Amino acid sequence: MKRIRFWGTRGSLPVALTATDVRRRLVAALRGASGRTFDSDLDIERYVDGLPFELAGTYGGHSPCVEIETGGPDYVVCDLGSGVRPFGEAAIARHGAARPQTYHVFLSHVHWDHIMGLPFFTPAYIPGNRVRIYGGHADLEFALRRQMDRPSFPVDFSFLRANIEFMRLEPGVRHDVAGMTVTAKLQRHAGDSYGYRFEANDKTVIYTTDSEHKLGNTVESEGFVEFFRDADVVIFDAMYSLADAISVKADWGHSSNVVAVELCQLAKVRHLCLFHHEPASDDVALSKLLADTRRLEEITRTGDSMHVSAAYDGMEIAL
Amino acid sequence: MDFSTRQYADIVVATPVGRIDHVASAELERALTPLVCDSTAGVAALVLDLASVPYISSVGLRVLMVSAKQMRARGARIAVAALQPVVAEIFTISRFDAVLDVHASVRDALQRLSPAALAAFEAAEGSARA
Repeated sequence: MKRIRFWGTRGSLPVALTATDVRRRLVAALRGASGRTFDSDLDIERYVDGLPFELAGTYGGHSPCVEIETGGPDYVVCDLGSGVRPFGEAAIARHGAARPQTYHVFLSHVHWDHIMGLPFFTPAYIPGNRVRIYGGHADLEFALRRQMDRPSFPVDFSFLRANIEFMRLEPGVRHDVAGMTVTAKLQRHAGDSYGYRFEANDKTVIYTTDSEHKLGNTVESEGFVEFFRDADVVIFDAMYSLADAISVKADWGHSSNVVAVELCQLAKVRHLCLFHHEPASDDVALSKLLADTRRLEEITRTGDSMHVSAAYDGMEIAL
Repeated sequence: MDFSTRQYADIVVATPVGRIDHVASAELERALTPLVCDSTAGVAALVLDLASVPYISSVGLRVLMVSAKQMRARGARIAVAALQPVVAEIFTISRFDAVLDVHASVRDALQRLSPAALAAFEAAEGSARA
């Protein structure tokens, strides 16, 4: 494995910056530049690089889609959220539409935010392409076909002319896919969800989203610690605060940054990546979530330090 | 984990000592259960004195949340006091400072909750100093 590339990082529902948001940022950036002179584009780039992320960037709005670049010829992605549309466009731009490709897709579950991108995934419409869809659910194909049925969508699933196959994975069993060893794990979520452990070339990546952790269930917690054990990167659903996750949003199927840090510290993870961002959180709130989580990791650290990041659309993690 | 209680008028002050990690959380829950569930004891409020707690895990915070729900269900109150800096930060980061009453000291908590309990606390503190 060489790289992780995030195409969609938002949970539940895609979001977008509004014109008001962009205007507010422009005003703030220009205010900060008042009195300065820029002799070159490089000077401007340096100035922008020095701005806070919530001003110069954005966590983005596509629903979940994460690419794992294996170094091999096939593509691997986790989930078919709206982020799979730009992913598909990038793949076609790279190879051209006429050169068949193989896409391995690992679905955490079939809730709408994790499958809504398929009707807009152009490679699925191109004959010769191969799309292999893996998951733990028995109804993967049913769910993907149904979302394209009338009256919900005008283009039926049968218009997808790629060779599309569905592969059911048994949790706890190691499967060889695209040069990696992949193990699925059942997670607590309405209708169930599955996390994935990807291993190849001494690198390990965990994709665990839409997963609620019941505090006080020691057996369950230890199971996740083992699943995460010594991972290079854990992509973790940190949608809610801990207080919300165990009170007003208990049983909503998501977790918190606090539980993320605890489990990953116990598992000796090297990099925790916060993911599946709450759609109601703006960029300022998500930057604060990241700062809080880094601080929590620092004040509760008992061994080696763990890097903490917050995923954004377009972010890459080199492995 | 050591655990002790003192009663001041209609308020019980509970004092856990040590890290409240996953293991100690179960001990804390067992210690708090009779205090938060007993509606006949006439306890109007429970104050957790966390001055001797250097760390609390998510499971420990859950115990506090469950205790708070049980106290509120019978019309009683719960508060935490005297948080060490790390625990105070954990409360802020987890947003528990928004769901539990947090006070700088036990005295501050009693002052807010019950004049009778504050008077009993100050009398006890005065006799201890004398």
